[in-house]
Amino acid sequence: MSPTQERGAAGQADGSDEVGRAVARAHRREWGYVLASTARVTQDLGVAEECVQEAYGVALRAWRRDGIPANPAAWLTTAARRKAIDRLRREQSLRAKLPLLLEPEATPYAPVAAEEAGVLTDDRLRLVFTCCHPALAREAQVALTLRLLCGLSTAEIARSFLVPEPTMAARLTRAKKKIAAARIPYRVPGETELPERLDAVLTVVHLLFTTGHAAPAGDTLVRADLVERAMELGRVLVDLMPDEREARGLLALMVLTDARRPARTGADGRLLLLEEQDRSLWDRGALDEGRRLVVEAVRSARPGRFTLQAVVAALHADAPSYATTDWPALLRVYDALLEVWPTPVVALNRTVALAMVAGPAVALREVEALEAAGRLEGYRYLPATKADLLRRLGRYEEARAAYHAANRLSDNGAERAFLARRLAEVGRQQA
Amino acid sequence: MAQYLILIYENESSYAEPAPEVWEQAMQAHGRFAEQIVEQGAKMLGGNALQPTTTATSIRGDVVTDGPFAETKEALGGYYLIEAADLDQALAVARLCPAPYGGVEVRPVLDTSGG
Repeated sequence: MSPTQERGAAGQADGSDEVGRAVARAHRREWGYVLASTARVTQDLGVAEECVQEAYGVALRAWRRDGIPANPAAWLTTAARRKAIDRLRREQSLRAKLPLLLEPEATPYAPVAAEEAGVLTDDRLRLVFTCCHPALAREAQVALTLRLLCGLSTAEIARSFLVPEPTMAARLTRAKKKIAAARIPYRVPGETELPERLDAVLTVVHLLFTTGHAAPAGDTLVRADLVERAMELGRVLVDLMPDEREARGLLALMVLTDARRPARTGADGRLLLLEEQDRSLWDRGALDEGRRLVVEAVRSARPGRFTLQAVVAALHADAPSYATTDWPALLRVYDALLEVWPTPVVALNRTVALAMVAGPAVALREVEALEAAGRLEGYRYLPATKADLLRRLGRYEEARAAYHAANRLSDNGAERAFLARRLAEVGRQQA
Repeated sequence: MAQYLILIYENESSYAEPAPEVWEQAMQAHGRFAEQIVEQGAKMLGGNALQPTTTATSIRGDVVTDGPFAETKEALGGYYLIEAADLDQALAVARLCPAPYGGVEVRPVLDTSGG
């Protein structure tokens, strides 16, 4: 089979026939699992990727001939590992011909005895902790996670983050080289490191979600593919680490936020604020699932930042309307959130609840203090929040200036249209 | 096992004409660090403190100039060469390396043995 055909079989989700659809489905669902267990054999992520790619290529032909296997993930893992072992054998026989006999070093990637006995363990946790290792730049962590765990092509990842494909390819290559050269280990961190390392993993998944949920540029507000990938990863993390409350909190946050997706844009594609959304459009099933997850996540001695944000989302989900939202409760959750995660962005979001409890004037003073501190410079939601408070206080001239400032900072078409609409309203008020 | 170089970057002025206590403290901290490397399951292969950058001479092409290769606020002041199982172990060791007036950089050593 030619390389082009192989790529087509593994990469295209055209679903032209039943087997093609099965391979595409396995590509989407099982890529991370297959790659993670192959990496143990290859000792190298780049080689593992090539072996997995080949296995998907072979699958199309084999499944047409023999039928779709009952467990596609196990079938693909076996095929990819066989490719990997063939490669190792070739390398070893090559090495044996060299005058110097060099013993291959023991590495953390070596297969464990249980696996050789045919028991497949789920190595995806190792893979996700390797992809999100703090020795890698955050943007590399995100790209690696999408490439290695979700099986997205370099072109797809480049499109998601609006960078040219060669740039993304170079970023991925550099990251993989660092993993190999610096020996970033392929393992789940020990108990003492776990909280910090888990936070890095959750941050990457959340970043994927928010990038998809409020695309910083482009014409549509939501990139559904990124949102779905992030939620799938969130589910995998909860399955693999059922006792980690924060992983559950993150999934709850994503589920609850995404439940509002159908109501976030109007018929003309424009952005609607929480205040303006038709709450009957919210996905009830998703809200119920999110609430269940929040209840489980919050049963922790000290809920973390994702869990607390999920509680915020749940309080909004429970309210029949914006006005009847339990604002005092929200403000208390924001206070707790600010304690575990004292960032200016959280402080800014808190002012929205504060305005509802103590009035826009009190909230405006806090927004102005945040502005003066200067740490949110260039953050488009600061002038937008300020503009809204000024508008509610009837200070339309200043509100106009703030809307203009927010507009200059956003590249998202839907957001800009929203700000322009608000600007027009303020203009009318003035006239 | 792999080799890593721990590069210590600190603000040099902190060590310029140091008070005896500062010097004594640094010596003690580095002595303790040497023990901690072993406690972490790694191995020290070597290390040195360097004279300040005012004593450095740089050569670029044919041009010899006074001073360090790169002018930075925090200058290379010393190094350790260690052997560790992987980056996590090397980082665990490097975290313990005394550098109160700056920080450390960890670099894997390139294996040129051709294996």
